[in-house]
Amino acid sequence: MFGYELLGKKPTRHGFGKGLVELGEKYDNVVVLGGDITGSVMTSFFKERFPERFFSIGVAEQNATTIAVGLALSGKIAFFSSYSAFAAFRNADQLRISVCYNNVNVKIGGGHSGITVGPDGATHQSLEELSFLRTLPNMTLIVPCDYEEARKATIAIGEMFGPAYIRFGRSAVPMFTKEDTPFEIGKAQVLVDGNEVAIIAAGLLVWEALIAAEELRKRKGIKARVINSATIKPIDIKTITDAAIECGCIVTAEEHQVHGGLGGAVAEVVTKNFPVPIEFVGVKDSFGGSGEPEELMEKFGLTWKEIYASALKAIERRDKGFIGYRKISQVESYFDNL
Amino acid sequence: MQIEFDDLVFENKPREPKEFAEIALKIRTDIIKSLFLAKSGHSGGPLGITDVMTVLYFGGFMRYNPKEPNWKGRDRFVLSAGHLCPVLYSVLARAGYFPVEELKTLRKYGSRLQGHPGIDMNLPGLEASTGSLGQGISIAVGMALSDKYLDKNDRKVFTLTGDGEIQEGSVWEAAMSAGNFKLDNLCVIVDNNDCQIDGRVHEVMSVYPIDKKFEAFNFEVINIDGHNYTEIVEALNKFNQNFQNNIGKPTAIIAKTFMGKGVSFMEDKYEWHGIPPNEEQAIKALQELV
Ligand SMILES: Cc1ncc(C[n+]2csc(CCOP(=O)(O)OP(=O)(O)O)c2C)c(N)n1
Repeated sequence: MFGYELLGKKPTRHGFGKGLVELGEKYDNVVVLGGDITGSVMTSFFKERFPERFFSIGVAEQNATTIAVGLALSGKIAFFSSYSAFAAFRNADQLRISVCYNNVNVKIGGGHSGITVGPDGATHQSLEELSFLRTLPNMTLIVPCDYEEARKATIAIGEMFGPAYIRFGRSAVPMFTKEDTPFEIGKAQVLVDGNEVAIIAAGLLVWEALIAAEELRKRKGIKARVINSATIKPIDIKTITDAAIECGCIVTAEEHQVHGGLGGAVAEVVTKNFPVPIEFVGVKDSFGGSGEPEELMEKFGLTWKEIYASALKAIERRDKGFIGYRKISQVESYFDNL
Repeated sequence: MQIEFDDLVFENKPREPKEFAEIALKIRTDIIKSLFLAKSGHSGGPLGITDVMTVLYFGGFMRYNPKEPNWKGRDRFVLSAGHLCPVLYSVLARAGYFPVEELKTLRKYGSRLQGHPGIDMNLPGLEASTGSLGQGISIAVGMALSDKYLDKNDRKVFTLTGDGEIQEGSVWEAAMSAGNFKLDNLCVIVDNNDCQIDGRVHEVMSVYPIDKKFEAFNFEVINIDGHNYTEIVEALNKFNQNFQNNIGKPTAIIAKTFMGKGVSFMEDKYEWHGIPPNEEQAIKALQELV
């Protein structure tokens, strides 16, 4: 598919665990705090390799986050990882004030994110944290698309200055990027060139975006541009604006609420710089529920099919004339819920 | 393996230890069966707290009416350690809140038996959505506060927390407020199995001494063997007396338990915190549970 082949499946959390060990080998001031689920978020790799630089804090996310700040103020690069459901919300105040206002080297690994955590159900399916984290000054926010990108991103956030959050998942997902695939914080990567519609995706929806682009080409002869926006903050204004200008319509896709995450970030950029129609693929203002990961992806509309349908809709809206060029009465039908 | 559930339900009344043992066996069997079918979920904690839950729901200590789940006079139970829900689901089914058969749907899409309790699914008998540790106990404090000071009724509130869960600071904020508000209508049960996900609680992050901590927050504390029915009964009776006598203090029951109790190869093994039995293990477990 456009030069991207399925290289197997692995959870992104393993990329995080691997990257953390590599980082620890390179820098001896990297320390890791555990929140009881170290074997789930793969900080267990680091714990085994560097036991003297690992501290178990127990089920106490607020404390762990703030202890990390103390470590960072003592010259350490402090990682804390738990499930996103608890590593972004339980400690929200700590993230805002102690981490971001102090602007220190605290790095949060948010694991078991999104709907694909599966049977654990709504309480454990964090679908909202990007919206919150994106509003925190000084915060860098990364959502890697596969194992290899998670590994690279983990090293990259360790090597940059300041607070960062990396979001990864529980279940095994397609691997398709390689060691030499470019990754840079703040830079969205154009994976597939095209100028009829731009699909901007993050996380495991990037693979679905590739499939959607392939189907659009095969079934309709439509050339879609596929963009992997692994960095949610700082969002890549240039790549997104270029996509708006050159494609004239956009679809965003993420394993997150449609409100405030990647879709929100893209909408802010596009509205300001070059307004074009945008369709949002994501969870539509509801909590998740128990089920198998793939079943839930289907039920909650997070597959290539929704991206495909949204692309057609975005193109149609562009071609009929966007709101800016028509009278309100003519465009009423274009208003619908996200 | 074909899994079937019988539809036996149990009354809520004073009982002899022998009867509790029979019911607990049934509950443990349900837990194994439902988790085997779910292919994911928490085995160890639910099996370990089964004896306490059995006495609480079937020993006449809580007032409830499965035919009228929202009866205004009922006592309430909040599962603060939400991941222990397989035992709660079985207990509620065996109390007659919903068909036992429904235990087959645990953790499946659309099921009322969510992986962690969700009242959005309208499961009768379930009082609150929980699963983020350290919150249910505060919910229970709020309920007790409402009962005692606003509605001025004679209802009681029970909540169950894990010993790993009490590492959450919010648990101690809840404890402080329960003591401060003299909530003698509140009973906090701590499942003290010394197991959590990463290992032994005293190694991951020691919470000991647990009893002295609750005492310091003005609780009346009762330490018991959480597998000894006589001790469980006595502790719940003591709470009732505390409540009747208006002692002006909440009660904490620290139940020393073993994770995975009743299934030899799961017993006292923290590795069984968050996994279900596979077919072979389920067969073996069900053979032991007779
Ligand atoms: C706020 C929060 N953090 C982390 C988790 C993940 N988690 C679920 S159960 C558990 C361990 C709880 O240990 P304990 O209370 O002793 O329960 P037991 O192992 O005895 O079942 C953890 C960390 C969670 N559910 N909520």
